[in-house]
Amino acid sequence: MELPADAPAVITADALRADLGCFPTREQYHDLVAAFKADGFEVCADLCAVDYLEHAERAVPEGVTPTRFEVVVNLLSMSRRERVRIRVQAGDVEPEVDSLFDLYPGSEAMEREAFDLLGVIFRGHPDLTRILMPEDWEGHPLRKDYGTGRVPVQFKEAPGPR
Amino acid sequence: MSEPTVRTAERLEALTAETSEGPQELQRREATPASELGREVGSVVRIGDAPFNPDDVDYERADDETMIINMGPSHPSTHGVLRIMLELDGEIVLRAKPVIGYLHTGMEKTGEMLSYVQGATNVTRMDYLSPVINELSYSMAVEALLGIEVPERAVWIRMMMSELNRISSHLVWMATNGMDLGSTSMMIYGFRERELILAFFEKTAGLRLNLNYVRPGGVAADLPDGWEDDVEVICDTIYERTFEYDELLTGQPIFRQRMVGVAPISAEEALALGVTGPLLRSTGVPWDLRRTMPYLAYDQVDFDVIVGTYGDNFDRYAIRLNEIRESVRIIRQCLERMPAGDYRSQDPKVTPPPRARIGESMEALIHHFKLFTEGFHVPAGEVYSAVESPRGEHGCYIVSDGGPKPYRMHVRAPSFVNLQAIPLLMRGASMADAITVISTVDPIMGEVDR
Amino acid sequence: MALEDLQHNFLTGRLEDLVRWARRASVWPATFGLACCAIEMMASGAADFDLARFGMEVFRNSPRQADLMIVAGRVSQKMAPVLRQVYDQMMEPKWVLSMGVCASTGGLFNNYAIVQGVDQIVPVDVYAPGCPPSPETLMHAILTLHEQIRTGEIMKRRATGNPVHLDHAESPWTPEVPVAVRLGTPK
Ligand code: SF4
Repeated sequence: MELPADAPAVITADALRADLGCFPTREQYHDLVAAFKADGFEVCADLCAVDYLEHAERAVPEGVTPTRFEVVVNLLSMSRRERVRIRVQAGDVEPEVDSLFDLYPGSEAMEREAFDLLGVIFRGHPDLTRILMPEDWEGHPLRKDYGTGRVPVQFKEAPGPR
Repeated sequence: MSEPTVRTAERLEALTAETSEGPQELQRREATPASELGREVGSVVRIGDAPFNPDDVDYERADDETMIINMGPSHPSTHGVLRIMLELDGEIVLRAKPVIGYLHTGMEKTGEMLSYVQGATNVTRMDYLSPVINELSYSMAVEALLGIEVPERAVWIRMMMSELNRISSHLVWMATNGMDLGSTSMMIYGFRERELILAFFEKTAGLRLNLNYVRPGGVAADLPDGWEDDVEVICDTIYERTFEYDELLTGQPIFRQRMVGVAPISAEEALALGVTGPLLRSTGVPWDLRRTMPYLAYDQVDFDVIVGTYGDNFDRYAIRLNEIRESVRIIRQCLERMPAGDYRSQDPKVTPPPRARIGESMEALIHHFKLFTEGFHVPAGEVYSAVESPRGEHGCYIVSDGGPKPYRMHVRAPSFVNLQAIPLLMRGASMADAITVISTVDPIMGEVDR
Repeated sequence: MALEDLQHNFLTGRLEDLVRWARRASVWPATFGLACCAIEMMASGAADFDLARFGMEVFRNSPRQADLMIVAGRVSQKMAPVLRQVYDQMMEPKWVLSMGVCASTGGLFNNYAIVQGVDQIVPVDVYAPGCPPSPETLMHAILTLHEQIRTGEIMKRRATGNPVHLDHAESPWTPEVPVAVRLGTPK
């Protein structure tokens, strides 16, 4: 599979199961998605973020500087029956990328979820608030430095009739 | 006599103080930025075009008094714990915003704590109406990372079970949809037929819901003896009964008035929002992953992809009803062509040795023990696998770091994405139609919130 | 008046027994379905299992009209205050049935998002184990509750007293995450 003609020059690699994987920089990201959309990828199937804190030495193609946070977008072309995966390195401390809301309105909830659970900021998102956690929650639970919050199993006396 | 209490503004604030979610909720118009306002009034395709007037609705507004009301999270017709805030002008919905997260279970985090062997237990609880399909997309992702082949019989068992599950899920939908529209008999019928399938699930997997039956490498157990007869009975009964539903609902004038032409969505809007499943097919887009990107053995069986024309409530109903019939057709073919052989991969890496060998051989015992305590290691990499759930594209994105647990597991839940169509579908509809909208979008909150 | 003067056919008994008997036979549950367990709860109400046999088929949508809250499913931190509010809105006498391991202990989901046991928020009368509890298990739990009602006290107010864990502020057990963040009713 080829990149669309008007896409910015990005590094690509074949992902597992032959989806095309693209590694744009943060500046190229929005343009690349726009080029794909113009090329017939009608649907933004999935958008999520990954925190690579404990897996920093992951395999990325040459020329890509891995950062702690990565935003992964799966686009789907229904006419061509193809998928493409875009992995953008979002930064180490305060991850921030452009929002895809103007291209795919359907990415709104998914971006809000990535913001809520991993703290990735999407520039240009209409309503970047928490979506799954309570409003007054602190921290972003899917980050690797956020504990699972395991509560030790405890066996207590039966409370008796109340 | 004491003074009657007057509900002042402060009192109202105090009443909602503990359950308020602040900016996650629907705000007054003055407090909402224009782009968000556009989203809440259901403008999808026009987003990005600068001159957009959110007051421009398709009917005459009575006056300027609008009211924001809250529906849910504990409301009988929101199918679980969905909460929707609506801005109403009299009976007409102007804006809507779903507020979700009331069932957020942290499954993606829990998935990182469980090994690949245990993972299926976790994902199966997401979309609790179609557990097999959750497990399937997860297992297929793990298998792709491992690079193992699943034996023929397992593939066909998986296919049959997913179709049975699709039927049971659509039956619950028919039941609750009937309930929402006041047809209580449909509620009873839907659940009655579903019991047939659940009984078969119980016989096969040991549980009625949350089966944990499809696992990486195959399925947990072979089909029980005499399964052909059971499945035969299920197919015959349900196929016949779908015509009863037809009689009960399809031609019924009250039902039709509430469904036909209500809450239409166009193909363009559906694609922009990324919705999939019956919601997308109702607009006429023939997109069904079983056909368009076949997995398992769906390319070897005969079935039709049902599409609608108008994208309204009635199309969505008709698609689901007919999908039950198509699923019966697929199951009949599975019944005929079920191959013999292993029901799970014989790769010792993922499959424990048979019970009998554990008693005889020390290695087998150690192997068994290791597999269930530590689990198997999966080569580093990342994969996205998608299957067609009763609600749309169910995807699973797994990142592996080479260890026995997923480094990151993300699930693309169809209901989560489909829910974004609610403001669009509700716009300009009356309050009573809003209920049918929630019902025909069919969100499963376990999957929305994960 | 001597006994002989009375007409025939009468029973004697305590008023208390009569009240208990009446209460037991007409427990109306509130619909409080949360997750997978709610589907099983609906299934128990439907044709095959038919909760109507126990006088329980009337699932009330308004907590004001309900006597029993069946907490069917996992309770998230976001849902906890809502659940407490629904409970507070119910009229006395009221009972709580915690259905499924998630509601009872957090179950499989021992993590940041789920309240580890609904008894931290509301007092629970009966726990139904299982994931999901089959309709038979739910019925057993319901019958257990009926037995409790039949033998219990009728004048006791059930909502007073804090949930188990909040009774003693310095309980030796401190969870890593705040449980049930916003508790209590508005002042
Ligand atoms: S106990 Fe099991 S079935 Fe019930 S809500 Fe929890 S996970 Fe679902």
